[in-house]
Amino acid sequence: MPISWFLALRFLREGRAQSALIVLGAAVGVAVMVFLSALIGGLQTSLVAQTLGTQAHIVVRPADELARPMLRATAATDVLARVERTAQRARSIDRWQHVLARLSHMPGVTAVSPVVAGPAIATRANATRAVLLIGAEAARFAAIYPIRRRMVSGGYDPSRTGCVIGRELAADLGVSVGDKLRLSTGGESSEMYTVEGVFDLGNREVNRRWLLVATRSAQSLLDLSGGVTSIELRVASVFEAESIAAAVRSSTGLVADSWMQSNAQLLVALRSQSSSSEVIQVFVILAVAMGIASVLVVSVAQKRREIGILRAMGTRRSTIVSVFLLQGAIVGVVGSLVGAGLGAGLGAVFAGVARNADGTPTFPFAISWALIGRSSLLALATGVLAAALPARSAARLDPAEAIRNG
Amino acid sequence: MVEPVVLLTDVSKSYGTTIVTDVLRALNFRLEVGEFAALIGPSGSGKSTLLNILGLLDRPTSGSVCIAGVETTTLDDAALTGLRGTTLGFVFQFHHLLSGLTAVENVMMPMLAAKGRRTRSMEQRALALLDRVGLRSLARSLPSQMSGGQQQRVAIARALVMGPPLVLADEPTGNLDTKTADGVFALMREFNVEQRVAFLMVTHDPRLAARCDRTIELVDGRIVADRKTTTAP
Ligand SMILES: Nc1ncnc2c1ncn2[C@@H]1O[C@H](COP(=O)(O)OP(=O)(O)O)[C@@H](O)[C@H]1O
Ligand SMILES: [Mg+2]
Repeated sequence: MPISWFLALRFLREGRAQSALIVLGAAVGVAVMVFLSALIGGLQTSLVAQTLGTQAHIVVRPADELARPMLRATAATDVLARVERTAQRARSIDRWQHVLARLSHMPGVTAVSPVVAGPAIATRANATRAVLLIGAEAARFAAIYPIRRRMVSGGYDPSRTGCVIGRELAADLGVSVGDKLRLSTGGESSEMYTVEGVFDLGNREVNRRWLLVATRSAQSLLDLSGGVTSIELRVASVFEAESIAAAVRSSTGLVADSWMQSNAQLLVALRSQSSSSEVIQVFVILAVAMGIASVLVVSVAQKRREIGILRAMGTRRSTIVSVFLLQGAIVGVVGSLVGAGLGAGLGAVFAGVARNADGTPTFPFAISWALIGRSSLLALATGVLAAALPARSAARLDPAEAIRNG
Repeated sequence: MVEPVVLLTDVSKSYGTTIVTDVLRALNFRLEVGEFAALIGPSGSGKSTLLNILGLLDRPTSGSVCIAGVETTTLDDAALTGLRGTTLGFVFQFHHLLSGLTAVENVMMPMLAAKGRRTRSMEQRALALLDRVGLRSLARSLPSQMSGGQQQRVAIARALVMGPPLVLADEPTGNLDTKTADGVFALMREFNVEQRVAFLMVTHDPRLAARCDRTIELVDGRIVADRKTTTAP
């Protein structure tokens, strides 16, 4: 065993009570950090997952049509013009197959789904509801939304005359799998569709509005033969959605909206939540560092004579420095291991107590080895840094002075 | 001719810059291999200061200090530390054992410091030395579990474990009763005779001084007397 380890362990053992106290202090600090990070991490992950359950990461669609004034101002004449936005109608993306191929090869994009969407009216007996008609290739669409995992009855693979609707819409219209309903898109034409499945995406609005059909059905109902109104993307890392959307915009010239744009509020909330948690953690680390440092400062003062005699016996300055740095490191690591266990236990208890009616935890708790590893490294670094000052003063001690004043 | 273990040439030491205190004034003396010398003098005469300079724990204001043939004036801290570890042993009045280490671990410390890590053979050597000072049975005891005399014996074993040519002892018996003091002194004398280790021992006890080979007397930082003891054992 190297001399510095030997002495560090002996010093810690000798001051058992002090050592136990600082280990406990570090442990409580790490527990708070682990608990807070896991809680907030879990909360954020579930919030984002909930948001993204009914929203594509990126939606690519044609640019809005702009109305232009017919008269232009010249140097001589001013033109008073009131420009009204044109009514936006469902329009197809030009050469969408080409765009689709391009998008599916972009780095970070994991799934693409062409979608034909537009407003429609669903009627059953005397119940009528406005719906959002969504035509898509089932396999591709299901790669964007977790729809197949959220089926209440039936399945999601609509035939040419089949449709799949949400739980609320089914209730509103009083239909279930096997029943028929009438779809129209404003004109006189209307078609009969059979309900082939009912889903519950966990969002009432979506459950009430969405009506999923095959691509061809939507094209025919919306009079968009061969076209698609948007292409929806899924990306590997959700927080890179905006930068990928920017790349899509510049490479295709189309409009690309990321979920991050449409949920700017949520992101601001998440970010401020994260930063307040970080502020708390910084103060916790500071408190732990000061605890470790103060105990080691006292220990150096108590051990002046012993440090002097160690130096007299030929112990190098660097060894003395290591002895105190090691004490800080050991306290940090042991404290963080105890603390990680404590934090995880606390989280488990918390998650166990606070449960929803269906038994799922109210607070999803995202504890991971990465989190524990990160906290331990942080505690280790904190311990070493906190020990730096006492270690320096120990090494600078004048041995003659220390022994004389003993 | 054999190199002396200590060769001091014009060594002076003063403290302070505005009010200068001259503690040692142009000392010259040599200590031969295997010599057992007593350093006596009134309190405040500079005995501890001299021992610290000889022990390479402090530097003289001027003059040269040669230990075991090595001129130390130009050495840096790391070199001094190394030389201290291998050529010098220390015994102090308040023994200064490490309170968290057992007797055998305390005796091992100088070897650990020199080698950088703990090995099995170190423990064997430390145990043999403890046996030699009559404390084999207390090898696993902490200093707090030992009497003053026992602690001083452990300190002597620790001072000798590296086989140094010189041991510096600052009032090693100052804190002990007469009988225990005699035992501790006798032990040092035995090592001196058996292993030809030179000793420079500060003492206030004229009985013990009389049993050394030589007596050096310091007054106000000057050597006022330096004589061979006629009645050495
Ligand atoms: N670090 C210091 N600064 C100033 N004066 C000191 C210092 N160390 C020792 N002295 C002075 O040097 C003188 C000799 O001290 P010391 O060597 O301890 O004497 P002794 O051991 O003979 O009793 C004393 O007057 C003491 O006050
Ligand atoms: Mg003294």
